[in-house]
Amino acid sequence: MIRSILIGVLAVGVAGTSYWGYKEHQEKNAVLINAENTYQRAFHDLNFHMDALEEKIGSTLAMNSRGSLSPALAEVWRLTSEAQNDVGQLPLTLMPFNKTEEFLTNIGSFSYRVAVRDLDENPLSDEEYETLKNLHSHSTDIKNELRKVQAMVIDHNLRWMDVELALASESQPQDNTIIDGFKTVDKQVEGYSEVNWGPEVTQLNTKKENLNKNIKGKKLNEEEAKQQVIDFLDLDSKAKIDITRTGDESKYRAYSLSIENEDKKSSTNLDVTQKGAKPIWILMDREIGEQKLSLNEAADKARAFLKEHDITNMTISESSQYDRMGVFTFVYQQDDVAIYPDAVHIKVALDNGDITGYESLEYLTNHHERQLDTPTLSRNEALEQVNPNVQVMDEGLGVIQNDLGEEVLCYEFMGTIENETYRIFINVENGREERVEKMDGTEMNYETA
Amino acid sequence: MRKAFNFLKIPLVIGLICAPLIMVLDDNNEAGAFSNQIIQKGATGTDVIELQARLKHIGFYTGKVDGVFGWGTYWAVRNYQYEFGMDVDGLVGPEMKAKLNKTTKYDPGQGGESPEASEVNQSKPKDSNVQAKNVPSGYSQNDIKLLANAVYGEARGEPYEGQVAVAAVILNRVQSASFPNTVSGVIFEPRAFTAVSDGQIWLTPNEKAKEAVIDAINGWDPTGEALYYFNPNTATSGWIWTRPQIKQIGKHIFCE
Repeated sequence: MIRSILIGVLAVGVAGTSYWGYKEHQEKNAVLINAENTYQRAFHDLNFHMDALEEKIGSTLAMNSRGSLSPALAEVWRLTSEAQNDVGQLPLTLMPFNKTEEFLTNIGSFSYRVAVRDLDENPLSDEEYETLKNLHSHSTDIKNELRKVQAMVIDHNLRWMDVELALASESQPQDNTIIDGFKTVDKQVEGYSEVNWGPEVTQLNTKKENLNKNIKGKKLNEEEAKQQVIDFLDLDSKAKIDITRTGDESKYRAYSLSIENEDKKSSTNLDVTQKGAKPIWILMDREIGEQKLSLNEAADKARAFLKEHDITNMTISESSQYDRMGVFTFVYQQDDVAIYPDAVHIKVALDNGDITGYESLEYLTNHHERQLDTPTLSRNEALEQVNPNVQVMDEGLGVIQNDLGEEVLCYEFMGTIENETYRIFINVENGREERVEKMDGTEMNYETA
Repeated sequence: MRKAFNFLKIPLVIGLICAPLIMVLDDNNEAGAFSNQIIQKGATGTDVIELQARLKHIGFYTGKVDGVFGWGTYWAVRNYQYEFGMDVDGLVGPEMKAKLNKTTKYDPGQGGESPEASEVNQSKPKDSNVQAKNVPSGYSQNDIKLLANAVYGEARGEPYEGQVAVAAVILNRVQSASFPNTVSGVIFEPRAFTAVSDGQIWLTPNEKAKEAVIDAINGWDPTGEALYYFNPNTATSGWIWTRPQIKQIGKHIFCE
């Protein structure tokens, strides 16, 4: 009797467990299929957009008038951004596919520049036509290569989930058709170095490369750099300082220092340039107490800090309070002209006025005395270029970097339309509206709790 | 503050009866007269609320009384200074405060003028009427939260510098040509961050992580413009070792 009851209970148990297991399995499959489908969609979208891209670039080659060329190039720009978006959704991050992504970005910025230009006044140059022709042949190659991968995926039911697995288990040599296909594409793109992108695109070099160029002075060794930092931060000469050098292959040439201040329960980290040991950034980590200083007093502390370290003629261009922290942006002022590229950021703790952060990468890479020409346009002529709806509240002269990365001297007008504030830069030479910014910086709280 | 207490003895007795309501009133009375600080653009707090309410009262300020000295408030202050023949510098010092006290009215009990203000009052007794925040230009509070989630998930055990570094890498990727162009695009790119894959990104971040994010957005980049980082003990990708390394912060190696 008991035995048959036991058998019955066990049987029900087994049946129940297998049913539960079956359900779990089904659910897991559903989730996997869902994830796989998302990848498949991104992949096939990518193919579609690369096809369309090739076709569009191809058709621009036969176009002549502004009326058809500009919209076609705008379409190219849109398609590159779609294609990039697709790539961003595929599990390719830790895989060499970045050359292709860069290539797409460059096509995008090239076509955008040409599309927004007044082509009647400034038609497509021979070099640009040559570039377009190159782009067409390259995009044809990429398209064909990707088509091959796509055909294999469809014919052999290849799954992107397997790509993920293959990439995750790096230990074995990878043998995955999709990965190999994408690697081939990237290899190919790597060879496209001969494309002439024009001045707009090639100037993408980074700040850190200029860092080494712009700073004069002799290269210091670690001990000398340490000494400079001790002077700069007014440290005890016996302070415990760790110093390391940045990697030899890296273009960023700096020493990284770490200082433990045990008494104040804080630590300070900073990078200094190898030439001259100029601080690139400083961060101090400690608990900040109750606010005792106003933002205005903190600004004075920041000013005093700059003065103490002989960074002169700096004026505040932005100030903001974040909880118990004041953050200030200073820009260099040369003869009443604000030089926006020469900026430093300073962070002040509002409990005791400590400088808890300093950042000067832009200042170090850009700062030099500039030859400022007298404006060709008068202030009133420049004002005529400003949208008449803007009520001008404040004005001045400023140097900014325009879209092409060149420094230009501009009339700067601050003004409002209703409750919004705008900053408008008008080139002093030709009256071009170099930049228009909507000044934000405040946001309502959306507290949901 | 002591004086205000003596003066308000009777209200305080009543206050004991309906404490929460009076708490709000009392709090505002302290700020009823400006504190001694010189108020400048970018400041937040009860002084700014008073300033905005006063300027609004006489029509110089038309925006919301939100407790953040933004551009709207700045222009209102400058217009006021211009109208009353003061130096137009956008700073609210003793002279301007005295003028404001004479020329405008401020009912601290009212605080902000909108009904929402009182709702906020109940949930947050301190700085109760401050309804807004400074955000670095181009980023919303939600962007900052999302970044803070990613930083906390990826680097909560790291030194502060290492947390700023992780935030900086995300921002460097947004700028880079070979990565998506949005914060969310970069964070949720498949296989980009382990904390995203294993769900640790959904832990609740602490204040440190948020501070690190704000520092990174404001320009601090401890990594030397790195685009990748990895933990040498757990890295699975061989390719990552081929990137030029910049430096190590905490457990992470940052590379170009």
